[in-house]
Amino acid sequence: MDDLMNLQGQGHVRLGSSAGQALTRRDGRLKVTGAATYAADNRPDGLLHAVLATAGIAKGRVTQLDVAAAAAHPGVVKVYTPENAPRLAISPDEKIHPFVWRMETLTDDRVRYAGQPIALVLAETLEAATEGARLLAPRYEAEPHRVTLDDAEPFETDTTVFGRPATHVSGDVEAARSGAAHHVEATVETSQQYHNSIEPHAITARWDGARLEIDTPNQAIGLSKQTFAAFLGIDPSQILLRSPFIGGGFGSKAILYGGQLLAVLAARELGRPVKLVLRRDQMYGPVGHRAPTRQALQIDLDAEGNIAALEHDTVTLTSSFDQFLESASNASHSLYAAPNLRTTHHGRRADVGTPGPMRAPGEAPGSAALEIAMDAAARSAGLDPLEFRLKNYAESDPSTGQPFSSKGLRECYAEAARLFGWAGRPAEPRSLREGRLLKGWGMGTAQFPCPMFQAAAHATLRADGTAVIETSAADMGQGAWTALAQIAADGLGIDLDKVEFRSGHSDLPDAGVAGGSGHTATAGTALFNAGADAVRQLAELATTDPASPLFGAGNAGVTARAGRLWRNDDERSESYEDILARAGLDLVRGEGKGAREGEPERAMFSHGAVFAEVLVDPDLGQVRVSRLIGAFAAGRIVNPRLARSQLLGGMIWGIGMALQEEAVHDARTGRLTNADLAGYHVPVNADVPMIEALTVHEDDPYVNALGIKGVGEIGVTGTVGAIGNAVWHATGVQPARFPIHPESLI
Amino acid sequence: MNRFEYTRAETLGAAVGAEGAFLAGGTNLLDLMKIGVAAPDRLVDISHLPLDRIEESAGGLRIGAMVRNADIARDPQVLARYPALAEALLSGASAQLRNAATTGGNVMQATRCSYFQDPLSPCNRREPGSGCGALGGVTRTHAVLGWTEGCIAVHPSDMCVALAAYDAVVEITGPGGLREVAMEEFHPLPDAEGAGAPSLSPGEIITHIRLPDPGPLARHGRYVKLRERTSFAFAIVSAAAALAIEDGVITEARLALGGVAARPWRCRKAEEALKGALATAETFARASELATDGARPSGDNAAKIVLAQRIAARALERAAAGTPDRLPALPASVFAGDDNG
Ligand SMILES: Cc1cc2nc3c(=O)[nH]c(=O)nc-3n(C[C@H](O)[C@H](O)[C@H](O)COP(=O)(O)OP(=O)(O)OC[C@H]3O[C@@H](n4cnc5c(N)ncnc54)[C@H](O)[C@@H]3O)c2cc1C
Ligand code: SF4
Repeated sequence: MDDLMNLQGQGHVRLGSSAGQALTRRDGRLKVTGAATYAADNRPDGLLHAVLATAGIAKGRVTQLDVAAAAAHPGVVKVYTPENAPRLAISPDEKIHPFVWRMETLTDDRVRYAGQPIALVLAETLEAATEGARLLAPRYEAEPHRVTLDDAEPFETDTTVFGRPATHVSGDVEAARSGAAHHVEATVETSQQYHNSIEPHAITARWDGARLEIDTPNQAIGLSKQTFAAFLGIDPSQILLRSPFIGGGFGSKAILYGGQLLAVLAARELGRPVKLVLRRDQMYGPVGHRAPTRQALQIDLDAEGNIAALEHDTVTLTSSFDQFLESASNASHSLYAAPNLRTTHHGRRADVGTPGPMRAPGEAPGSAALEIAMDAAARSAGLDPLEFRLKNYAESDPSTGQPFSSKGLRECYAEAARLFGWAGRPAEPRSLREGRLLKGWGMGTAQFPCPMFQAAAHATLRADGTAVIETSAADMGQGAWTALAQIAADGLGIDLDKVEFRSGHSDLPDAGVAGGSGHTATAGTALFNAGADAVRQLAELATTDPASPLFGAGNAGVTARAGRLWRNDDERSESYEDILARAGLDLVRGEGKGAREGEPERAMFSHGAVFAEVLVDPDLGQVRVSRLIGAFAAGRIVNPRLARSQLLGGMIWGIGMALQEEAVHDARTGRLTNADLAGYHVPVNADVPMIEALTVHEDDPYVNALGIKGVGEIGVTGTVGAIGNAVWHATGVQPARFPIHPESLI
Repeated sequence: MNRFEYTRAETLGAAVGAEGAFLAGGTNLLDLMKIGVAAPDRLVDISHLPLDRIEESAGGLRIGAMVRNADIARDPQVLARYPALAEALLSGASAQLRNAATTGGNVMQATRCSYFQDPLSPCNRREPGSGCGALGGVTRTHAVLGWTEGCIAVHPSDMCVALAAYDAVVEITGPGGLREVAMEEFHPLPDAEGAGAPSLSPGEIITHIRLPDPGPLARHGRYVKLRERTSFAFAIVSAAAALAIEDGVITEARLALGGVAARPWRCRKAEEALKGALATAETFARASELATDGARPSGDNAAKIVLAQRIAARALERAAAGTPDRLPALPASVFAGDDNG
């Protein structure tokens, strides 16, 4: 980053020619014409199809598998069970970094949850492998299981996930509570949810001697290569991992799962390429989910309605064999000015697959509950929900005391409220009507952290004035190919259409994780720096060459723009082509890195305000979100069109979480009752009649040199609570649970 | 997936009596095969049979079993005379599915009971005598009328609810000849042991659905469907209503509920109460209470009884207001808008 500062100080490159424009996706045509190939589209010669057999009970042992029947099925080549499955080089439980969870690779006959892989069948065709897996007809010795929050086994833990402390205390909650004028309690439950990306998890693996080629959709290419290497016991340099397109990930494709390793191991042992594609129902078990939560909030207010104390407790589930706890209470750390704050998490173990990160992990359910509680508190103080939030506006992060790197939340509140028409909202519930329908208005605050990971990039300027930029970025539909290329083009000082982007490939410099809403900031910084580095080299060539019009530009320096270097002290310029030609060079290659150095001294968040209008049928309880308006302060917006799409997508996700999404277990069988897209509802177009997301201007000189925050996840936060609060305003019923069912409103 | 044979029947004669499973649009059967619930040895593709027309018949309509759901919903005669049928069809599934789904397949579609769809669960309907896996389980969407401990599933079709209200008749051809069954009674109710005897004997095929002349019912027909999302979801409960009204007095009434029983549920008692009464909200409220006569929860679904009454009242009110000239943008939706403002 220091490099970048220096470069900008020298004035070589600027952001703002391509970046900031509302361009359409560069890969849009490939996608709509079907020319984009996904991992499962690969059909190398000699391919074997792999199909997992999965457990039908939630806990116990597999006592029998009819391997003979499966193996005898025409086309079946191999059946792997715990007895003969190839082994990993290290323990499946090894925590080689914080982003790994147990690699379930048929290591024993235990069943730990329904849907767990118990065998792998390989065959010449998908149909034969599928039938082979069915013919295994497993028998079990079942043991009593637990799959719900109510019966799961409590356990103590100091951390939730990624090393985050399970508990935070600042100030003295008890002391503040004893002197408070109002005490408000709210309990909110959220459901178990699945990522439901349209592209299922898939892998095509091929060995060429010691070298391994993998096609798999992946949000963290560099990290995944390391993970594959470690569990396979081979050198990372032997692995080529390709992930050019991803059909939705939402966090679940940032993680590697045992099935992917099994496919690789099978390919090695059988000496043939292997493809494994999960069936839709198999997406509801071994590849992560969002665990249900039960959250209890307590808010104490002084007589004026200032928050004196805020307490947020979360009970949530993880698997019996690994830990991922939805850190929902953390949503209360940095949003409202709570001088006394206590957040806690309580884990419970259940016989379910290990949860994993899912769009706004922790923040999504945490925000949902916090915003419901905030409205309840506003009511007890007799204040309008917006007024109450403004009154308790945090000028610094209440959990650390740090100032914010930037915080345009006031502008978000004002803009969204104005567009929505919030002023004049009657305080009483059931006071707005539309014909026979009840109408309600609610709001919520959105907040999401701005992490940065580590990325590297190359930018090569070629003799013909075009450039190729390289980093292993992941475009899972969010438009990274486009937004990152825009940043890179500015780094290089050339037009976007001259930039070829190579990504989605592990031989390229590592772009870090496409997650945590930090990909554009991280990989973008690396790309920008790489471009600036290439331009610096050009500038050096030109300004030291007496034949160049730029010779002796000296301290005034030069600026890169539109494929030329321009003197800052007069009008003269020279094209990149000419500089390279005279120097007798085919290309110059720049390198760049993107990361945040040291411990940040400021709290870094994107913010937003979401306003919802709902219509509720008073007799039938059906809820429809008739208007949804959000305003977000998310630093520099690299591409307004793509940013808006991300924000709208997050808000629509919020509609699903508020009203529809829920995986339902049968507590007796331990199996899900709705593990498909017909039974597990996500919103459809008809559920989204009017939605708008806008961004307010925000300059952030601290978050990173480019001022980029993130937009991928924040739209979910704020929205769920806003809808819940609107339902209260319409009906007088404060939601105790998301999704809100019609039955709860009649 | 098991190996199976595939043949295509070009004539009705070739299809009738054929051994195997009839494949029409395939939108239900193929899904069931993929999840291991159906495993036929032989598929007899009937989708090319010349049963793909809607014809005038004795003052009513005769709809071929191969007519696609979307085509019925857009048929001008259907829209003009059986509007609740069009609205019901358009409220079902998605545009893509409606383009593929056939009349016969829609009638014969399997229950969406999740235990039926899970081959690991016992299910009397899938495996007679194995028990009912749903009883005591997740039963939010299960039956509140006409169920037994043998089976508490509901029939999921929207189309059939409207057909039952319009007194439709199912025409069946089998090895033994032709027979007809009223739509209302076509789907068996469960008995103590299980799902009841199947509607069709092996080799029997649905050829047509016949709709009698609706008379004045044509002008007052509506379908309303409650669901958590506005489209592409099965009904929690639904209702089809058709009324004939003269000078404010109901002269004829039809009411059928969906999502409540193993068949579309004709509410005869309610219809009797409606006949001769004034077309007022009070009348509809009284009738809708009678609509669920005999209802009882089969599990965690008592709310469905209340919801079924209220959806019946809503359908009656909308029907009384008159069929709109154009179907609402959100067909059958609670938020269709026409009675909300
Ligand atoms: C995601 C999803 C959502 C849906 N939502 C809805 C909804 O909201 N409302 C709704 O009503 N429906 C809904 N459906 C169901 C849909 O209406 C049915 O799948 C469709 O109508 C079946 O018609 P088909 O022609 O495809 O039947 P097929 O799948 O071909 O056949 C279904 C069954 O009928 C038998 N059969 C077909 N034709 C005949 C005949 N002429 N004579 C005798 N037997 C025959 C077949 O042998 C088979 O057993 C949904 C389906 C899906 C997949
Ligand atoms: S309700 Fe009927 S279909 Fe469902 S499991 Fe029971 S018997 Fe089978």
